Amino acid sequence: MVNKNAVGQTGEPFDLVVERGKIREFARATKSQNPEYLDDPTPVSPPTFLVSSVFWAPPGAARWGDLQLDMRRVLDGGREFVFHGPPPAAGTKLTSQSRVEDIYEKEGKRGGTMTFVVTVQEFRDEAGNLVAEMRSTAIETGKPPTEG
Amino acid sequence: MGVTWEDLTEGTKAEPREFGPLTRTDFVRYQGASGDFNPIHHDEEYAKSAGFATVFSVGMLQAGILATYATDWLGAADVRRFGAQFREQVWPGDTLTCTGEVTKRYEDGGERFVDLELVCTRQTGGTAIKGWATFVAQ
Repeated sequence: MVNKNAVGQTGEPFDLVVERGKIREFARATKSQNPEYLDDPTPVSPPTFLVSSVFWAPPGAARWGDLQLDMRRVLDGGREFVFHGPPPAAGTKLTSQSRVEDIYEKEGKRGGTMTFVVTVQEFRDEAGNLVAEMRSTAIETGKPPTEG
Repeated sequence: MGVTWEDLTEGTKAEPREFGPLTRTDFVRYQGASGDFNPIHHDEEYAKSAGFATVFSVGMLQAGILATYATDWLGAADVRRFGAQFREQVWPGDTLTCTGEVTKRYEDGGERFVDLELVCTRQTGGTAIKGWATFVAQ
């Protein structure tokens, strides 16, 4: 069962650096051959790249423990990335912090009651300007879904 | 990327593009790149114990492929929003087709923007990802 009291909780802030090699690895993994990622010496990061900020996150960065999600029943419901300018380029230092924005339930067609958990992760530059936001939706299904 | 504001009228479509067939190696490679090591995407026994026929792709992999399709079309530096909603799961051997269309064209604060509707479809015709994006148009 998801702990609904987790709404509003914030994670521990942490610093990260956007790196060229990581951008290249990520672009390759998402089947890009775009020279803007692969050849530019200071490439911008791909639209979904900031998921990899998890590599920089300390244990307290996301409140998954407090949410008490059963990871065997959790599906990734979706993500939205917003950029307040070009996506952060290689060499950019960012500070990130997450918070649990919303938790709500819906009746699923096959999986019983589904619980939706929405979290927002903000990314700010060294001057404190908001550079990017990543909004994530996790869905805990009532039972494991089967292949449709 | 050579596509300008004049080209991007509402209803303008990008050339559809195929990706795949996707392999378990593609899943693992994405997991390594992204840092999402949920074993349900690479550990057969774990996936079966959770009620699945086999391992399945990471939702963010096909979302990332759809993002690649969009930024190849309109430029890596010009994206301002990219969203993805996960529909059908993607399985080993699936071939994905990405399509995109301009749904809105507008100016705001002296900048020109286009909104896109993006879809990533499985070879079955089922929708894997419903996506949306906003780009600055030069």
